Amino acid sequence: MKQLITLRINDIDEEIYVEPWWTLSYVLREELNLTGTKEGCLAGHCGACTVLIDGKPVMSCLYLAMRAPGKEILTIEGLKGDDGSLHPLQEAFIEHFAVQCGYCTPGLIMTAKAMLDENPNPTEEEVREGLNGNVCRCTGYTKIVEAILAAAEKQKI
Amino acid sequence: MRFEYLQPLTLQETAALLAEYDGEAKIIAGGTDLINLIRTKAIRPRYVVDIGRIPGLDQVKYDNDGALSIGALATLRSLETSKGIKQRHPVIAQAAAQLGSVAIRNVGTIGGNLCHASPAADTVPSLIALGSTVKIHGPAGDRRVSLEEFFTAPGQTVLQRGEILTEVCVPPMPSDSKGVYLKHASRGAADLAIVGVAVVATVDGGCCRGLKIALGAVAPTPIRARDAEKVLDGKAINDALIEQAAQAAADESRPITDVRASADYRREMVKVFTQRAVRDAIAKKNEGCNETSALF
Repeated sequence: MKQLITLRINDIDEEIYVEPWWTLSYVLREELNLTGTKEGCLAGHCGACTVLIDGKPVMSCLYLAMRAPGKEILTIEGLKGDDGSLHPLQEAFIEHFAVQCGYCTPGLIMTAKAMLDENPNPTEEEVREGLNGNVCRCTGYTKIVEAILAAAEKQKI
Repeated sequence: MRFEYLQPLTLQETAALLAEYDGEAKIIAGGTDLINLIRTKAIRPRYVVDIGRIPGLDQVKYDNDGALSIGALATLRSLETSKGIKQRHPVIAQAAAQLGSVAIRNVGTIGGNLCHASPAADTVPSLIALGSTVKIHGPAGDRRVSLEEFFTAPGQTVLQRGEILTEVCVPPMPSDSKGVYLKHASRGAADLAIVGVAVVATVDGGCCRGLKIALGAVAPTPIRARDAEKVLDGKAINDALIEQAAQAAADESRPITDVRASADYRREMVKVFTQRAVRDAIAKKNEGCNETSALF
């Protein structure tokens, strides 16, 4: 039986009816039309579904929506500024051609954001290790790592 | 994937629910294994019991003697980053860091890793090598089981119906003892181990003491490599002996061929990684060996 819950997503409180077995990725995409978060493997291996919960990256395809009330959820749609300006990571991904098909991109950016929030000055090694949970089939990761390091530089100023 | 979702507030409530829904209820902790099992229809519980609301199950605590108590709901990320663990049982942090990805570790729990009981579970070999026990809460009361005896078959543990794993207890690690966990996997952390080797040892004047070797992913459960230990323990260390011990470990393993690797390859890798792990444990003066061995 569906239950009414409130989810706080991108600073907005959303009241929705959910079935107990719905995952957060399903709710974001199908109930809230926030389709920036992708479903790739539905097994927690590819990272396309990565969102931030209380600032930490989580595989939303493995996270029951019923667990999410009371948490701060940030999706890719929530990254841009109130004035519509892109987040430095989004800008860096564009500038450095770190996007090809774009399917892995939202998950990657969310992981990168959490990474830089925790460690504003990562080495290339740390960036590569931190991206362990995000698979990209197009780019070979070189430009992605460049973009993240560039965004880290930009954010230091 | 259809079920009812329950959120008990106490262990007693949980035990009562498990008893009432005898066999049709599954506990969810982090959910990173369970949701997969349900989605692939490997299991079809009618009730999913979320124990995340029960207070006090996620603590990581040291007592005055240096014994470590890890609550079943402690996330793998908390083990990876815990200052106390990095200082006093660093091999536990090293092993946790090699499981899955940051996103998985933020949500996945030690209790879940143990109770899912994959033979390849990354946290287990080092916990076995450290002599850990687990606390189980059940309808008949609480009991303790040595972690080595906790696993009975792939995906199976000694947990009876209605029982809940609540705590992992790790004895103090002597300050001159060193631990290493090496995981051999295609994609580093994110893939399941092809072979996992944990070594805990004290090196004293060129001699190995208190040596424990535990292997993951090469038998129906994680196992101690006792024959390998006998070769080296209490003896003066030399290359020939290390190789002999590694061969003994390979002989003790009972790997299968699966999608990740063949049995022959696994057996060979047990030999390779046991040697590396023993050498690492012997060579380490201070902690921080954060090594996975990716194939590429």
